[in-house]
Amino acid sequence: MTAAQRLAWFALKQEIEDFLYMEADLLDQREFRQWLDLLAEDLVYFMPIRRNVKFGQQAEKENTRQGEGISWFDEDKWTLGKRVEQILTGVHYAEEPLSRVTHMVSNVRLLEVSPSVEEPAEVVAGCRFLVYQNRVEYESNTFVGRRKDRLRRHGNSWLIARREMILEQNVLLAKNLSILF
Amino acid sequence: MTTNLPIDQMIDQMIDPGRGMISREIFVSSDFHREELEKLFTRAWLFVGHESQIRNPGDFFVSRMGEESVILCRDTQGKVHVFLNSCRHRGMKVCRYESGNTSLFVCPYHSWSYTTDGRLQGVPLYRVLYEGQLDRSQWSLIEVPKLHQYKGTVWASWDPDAPDFMTYLGDAVDHLDQVLDCRDGRPGGSEVIGLHKWVLPANWKFAAENFLGDTYHNPSHRSVDMIGIGPSARAGQSGRRDNEYAKGQHVWVSFPQGHGMHSVWMPEVFQYQPSYLQYPVVDEYFRHCFEERKRRLGDKARLLPFTGNLFPNTSYHGRQPRGLCVWHPHGPTQTEAWRFFLVDADAPAEVKDVLRRFYMRYSGPAGMTEQDDMENWLYATAASSGTIARRYPFNYQQSMGAYKRNDPLPGDVSTQMTEQSARNYYDVYARYLKGADWDTLIGRNNSVRQAAE
Ligand code: FES
Ligand SMILES: [Fe+2]
Repeated sequence: MTAAQRLAWFALKQEIEDFLYMEADLLDQREFRQWLDLLAEDLVYFMPIRRNVKFGQQAEKENTRQGEGISWFDEDKWTLGKRVEQILTGVHYAEEPLSRVTHMVSNVRLLEVSPSVEEPAEVVAGCRFLVYQNRVEYESNTFVGRRKDRLRRHGNSWLIARREMILEQNVLLAKNLSILF
Repeated sequence: MTTNLPIDQMIDQMIDPGRGMISREIFVSSDFHREELEKLFTRAWLFVGHESQIRNPGDFFVSRMGEESVILCRDTQGKVHVFLNSCRHRGMKVCRYESGNTSLFVCPYHSWSYTTDGRLQGVPLYRVLYEGQLDRSQWSLIEVPKLHQYKGTVWASWDPDAPDFMTYLGDAVDHLDQVLDCRDGRPGGSEVIGLHKWVLPANWKFAAENFLGDTYHNPSHRSVDMIGIGPSARAGQSGRRDNEYAKGQHVWVSFPQGHGMHSVWMPEVFQYQPSYLQYPVVDEYFRHCFEERKRRLGDKARLLPFTGNLFPNTSYHGRQPRGLCVWHPHGPTQTEAWRFFLVDADAPAEVKDVLRRFYMRYSGPAGMTEQDDMENWLYATAASSGTIARRYPFNYQQSMGAYKRNDPLPGDVSTQMTEQSARNYYDVYARYLKGADWDTLIGRNNSVRQAAE
């Protein structure tokens, strides 16, 4: 990498981090409709179910697969729009009253940049998430895992084209996944 | 049969379906929880898994009965077994993978190994340390004495004296068939396409009771009904499902074994209601299945399923969505839910894809419909745990007496929303806690049943 390329790389990484933090903040501020605007029309939103498998079979069997069978989430923008619409009815009791949520995003890395660092049209960013949810009085959940986001340049911002969330749980230890990740 | 009068009297006081009152204690107390594990889950037939999860010799699927882990396994000869997942030596959980294929279960602790038919085969240093003492044939994995395979589903009971599964199921079989049979009426033919497992801080009976015919809780799903998440929602239809049963008579049916169902009895002449509107191929497939089913089943095709619960803790959704859900007790105020999603194994890929997407947005912890159920079950459990709260029973007086026996279907049939199925369920539940004999538990002993009414 030339020095100029390195600079471009850092600038891009910073820009992507800022985008992810801004996006997390929209969710935490409950700006759900604005958050939806950050999703590409062809979004894939995927959270597999993790299974306990024999050593050596992790790659093949540990996670359910996108596009087949049952996962926690394997959906598109329309469905996420419905989730938002549901929360906004005010009678979706699993989110009424609204949960208090904080999304922590860290370990951000650029995994793929195309076509070039100088003219990035699409970026795959990896990160870790720690999402804390507190509900009503005593209910709290901590969702921790890895995320991979495919982001697409959109004007001077980005659209999320694909989000893959690997939650570090087998049996889900929360009663609901009623929040957005 | 053990009788202990004071305990029996206490149970009768707390569980009084005749007056439509049930104590909150049974939903929150650790005493009742322990009694359930001892007297109910050791006897009743429980759902363990599906043959599609163990297709080949050596395939296993780790399941659960009550609070205990079990291994559902097809041995190398092809026979199906259910074993307690605990080593006979020091109790180590023999298998901690969720599923797979093996010829031997090797215990991680001291390496005793068991064949797929449960026999203890390998004992390290057997000659030196155990010869003449340990009779390996006596130390097989503990196996359920009763196992039954029905249209792909596998059921088991820990009670060697339990009646056979079909007797236990009784006339509820007609309703269960609507879940397990192909959409075109061919018997069986379903497969499991995926599994949800999650824990919820609620007593398991809230969930079981919800499925056995609590149609009254519909208002809690208002949000999904308003926005529309059904298979025709993209075509602009509101509601959380298609309206497949237009003109049908809703029926709430309960059975002496404790099962309860909400189904629909269609008129003599009934038509396919267009469904899956934005997927013409899927709509066409279901239309074809519908006509085929009518042709195949004749008058029996008039019965269509909504939800139900097989006593004690196996619930189902019959069509939209379609699956079995087992509500495992996990402490007095916790439940571990396992949902098995079903499709016809030979349905076209496009149909399966539309179904699985609908299932995911409807059911379970990420399901837009069921999330609201979970919220209710959690806070109903929590708000019933207090000392004062426990003094006041729940009310089960909805539609008291408003049912007919065996008309127009077998069972106690109500044509209006009712808590009769719940009253019946807790009546049977009480009989288990009192250690009743099997004739009483499955309603053969009519005097008990009538006395309870
Ligand atoms: S506990 Fe299994 S071999 Fe000792
Ligand atoms: Fe419900």
